[in-house]
Amino acid sequence: MSQYRDSKGRPIIAVTGLGVVSSLGEGKDENWRRLAAGESGIHRIDRFGIEGLRTTIAGTVDFMDLDVPSAPALSYALADSAASEAISQSGIDETDFPGPLFLAAPPVEMEWQHRFALDQQVQSDGEQGYSGLLKAARAGKHEDLYELLLFNRTADRLSAKFGTKGLPVSLSTACASGATAVQLGVEAIRRGEASSALCVGTDGSVTTEALVRFSLLSALTTNNDEPTKAARPFSKDRDGFVMAEGAGALVLESLESAMERGANVLAIIKGCGEKADHFHRTRSSPDGSPVIAAVNRALDDAGVGFADINYINAHGTSTPENDRMEYFSLKEVFGERIHETPISSNKSMIGHTLTAAGAIEAVFSVLTLQNQTLPPTINYDTPDPDIPLDVVPHKAREAAVTNVLSNSFGFGGQNACLVFSNEIPA
Amino acid sequence: MKDKHPVWVTGIGLLSSHGEGPDAHWAAMQGGKPTNVDTSSFAPYPIHALPETDWATQISRRDMRQMEPWQQIGTYAAGLALEDAGAKGNEDLCGVMDMIVAAGGGERDLEVDTTVMNEARTANDRDAMLNERLSNDLRPTLFLAQLSNLLAGNISIVHKVTGSSRTFMGEEGAGVSAIQTAHARIAGGQSDIVLVGGGYNAAREDMLLLFELGGYLTHDDWAPVWSRKDNPGFALGSMGAFLVMESAEHARKRGAKPYAELKDVAGTHGPRGEGRLAKRLSDALAGMNVPSNSAVLSGASGATNATATETNFLQSAFPEAPIRAFGSVFGHGVEAQFPLGIALAALAMQRGEFCAPFEAAEREASEPLDSIFVTGVGHYRAEGLGHVVAVKDEETAG
Repeated sequence: MSQYRDSKGRPIIAVTGLGVVSSLGEGKDENWRRLAAGESGIHRIDRFGIEGLRTTIAGTVDFMDLDVPSAPALSYALADSAASEAISQSGIDETDFPGPLFLAAPPVEMEWQHRFALDQQVQSDGEQGYSGLLKAARAGKHEDLYELLLFNRTADRLSAKFGTKGLPVSLSTACASGATAVQLGVEAIRRGEASSALCVGTDGSVTTEALVRFSLLSALTTNNDEPTKAARPFSKDRDGFVMAEGAGALVLESLESAMERGANVLAIIKGCGEKADHFHRTRSSPDGSPVIAAVNRALDDAGVGFADINYINAHGTSTPENDRMEYFSLKEVFGERIHETPISSNKSMIGHTLTAAGAIEAVFSVLTLQNQTLPPTINYDTPDPDIPLDVVPHKAREAAVTNVLSNSFGFGGQNACLVFSNEIPA
Repeated sequence: MKDKHPVWVTGIGLLSSHGEGPDAHWAAMQGGKPTNVDTSSFAPYPIHALPETDWATQISRRDMRQMEPWQQIGTYAAGLALEDAGAKGNEDLCGVMDMIVAAGGGERDLEVDTTVMNEARTANDRDAMLNERLSNDLRPTLFLAQLSNLLAGNISIVHKVTGSSRTFMGEEGAGVSAIQTAHARIAGGQSDIVLVGGGYNAAREDMLLLFELGGYLTHDDWAPVWSRKDNPGFALGSMGAFLVMESAEHARKRGAKPYAELKDVAGTHGPRGEGRLAKRLSDALAGMNVPSNSAVLSGASGATNATATETNFLQSAFPEAPIRAFGSVFGHGVEAQFPLGIALAALAMQRGEFCAPFEAAEREASEPLDSIFVTGVGHYRAEGLGHVVAVKDEETAG
């Protein structure tokens, strides 16, 4: 029994399935191949007209088959694909998943296409605005639209398809959501409530309004000319992130359950840490203390020291503030050692997948362990002298990696960190 | 593992159509009637509206400017809960306090939306028009008042609760998951103290539109929940419902007095047809050890199928029990509804008495009160069941 418990006496958490979709492609083989080759999935937006927009590029996923396009429909399709892949790899019955679902999903809103369609129905009545929309709503049946716009709809459909147990949790911790989904799964298994959990992060919400909102907050890059070169984490000339879409899924199990059913254990999750920030709605505390605390809590929870971390999967958004703050905070924890610890940003290639980012980067962290290869930070042509990190520039690198720290930070003072390891007790 | 750490409710923060605080809400339960039901502003939809609220007692003017009403309501109620638990302003305690918020999305700018829709009627290039209007007309910071996790973000900023911050989404189920997860983390020793709850602004045409698309709103004349057979659905209620929950040992150590113990919480989910909802509710109850003479606080919405099934379930599981649909007094608060139910149960348990019927369909309470069963059956999906019991005096001794 004791080989299945960690040093704190808790069940050890195994990862037995991974799935991912990003602008680089569908599935982990395609994603890893292109990620390790340093390819970018960022391109000109052609989902909607870009006339007059300050930012005209994104890492949208345009290859999913949708009956009627919408952000919730795409978010579901992405999550479905990643979860199917992960469960299939785990060898668990794809229609009778034995544990709960934790889903990081973007908030849902009625879209302009829906407002325009409803508005059209009452146009001849001289109605306008929301009283008109309400009148149109009263006049007909709109069950499909209603279901589409429910916040729990994506989780509802996933839980029905995969047969997950209990009340699924849909969550948002902004750009840390994917990591929080994993953390909730870890906690449920540690409590002994479940022996497995399906943790998914998805985001298919690149719409005009979403893009404009981030643009108005000056969060996005305006390097529109060469889309593949726009995301430049840790570079001196970085000027914002690139919005992107995708999904990541992980099947977590207690190591005991995984071993008992002879599953292939891909990695273990040693620990998680989080800490909220009360400084500002979009900016981090200037002293970095919440990020420092989140990293320290993750290391403590994992029972490892900073010297045991061989690689960091950075949040690395390519905004001036995030990358500087991430460096200074890590330096507080790692000291001089941070300059020798390789750290790279997947977002240089796939952009910032927002709600999904933490889950996708968790998948890539496990793939890093499995392949003993560090994915690069591309577009690192002009290093920022204030951030003297080994960002694994341009090209992937073979390396002996035992423990990976994955960072996720978000608006609203959200900070979550995960520690993955390939030290799997025999 | 489940009962390793008893989970106490040590703080309650309520803001609703009946005002604020435990006394006002207990009085509302005793009165059994709604107040501030606004039938004209959003006709034909009645809503339970907030009275005048002195926001400045919880939120600075500067922070108020950064928020939309749904965030103000939640942040205000969270402050009340912290105050009630003796935690407000205690930076050390708030700095380790975990937080789970159940939230939807924030208010839209209806003026901008209306302008865009009007222009779209005649625009040659809708995309170009949309890009131009949104880029020029949206307030940059409005996004931060709309993001689901920014209620929690505002609570961190205003009240310095920063141990952790998680936001659950998904209508009524979000409130159930929030209470369930907070309970499980404390019971399992993963957390000592949690601020948990939700806020809801009913005075929103964008929200009314959503629920009207599904045909879930009661129209025109307001009636109590069990009496909406011919006019089914819910009347939305503005409310903030937050609780401070903590392990008994943590509460004793800091000298915090409990309202009640949250003994157990169950959350279920799935398709509802062909008797599946009824079976899920019965199965979940069977796993909870709730005495059949418990009083019942039902979060029933008034939605036809959900409420009919819940009625049958309650009548067969609690044939003699007094049952109260608290939506009749406060309206339906969606994400905040289940946290409100748990808070009201804790209040009743502390007072040691139940309340008179809210309508003729409800039975008088007769037996002494030592156990309350709380339901949160979502109007369309997700079900929550909670069990609240009294904390005996000897348990509170330090």
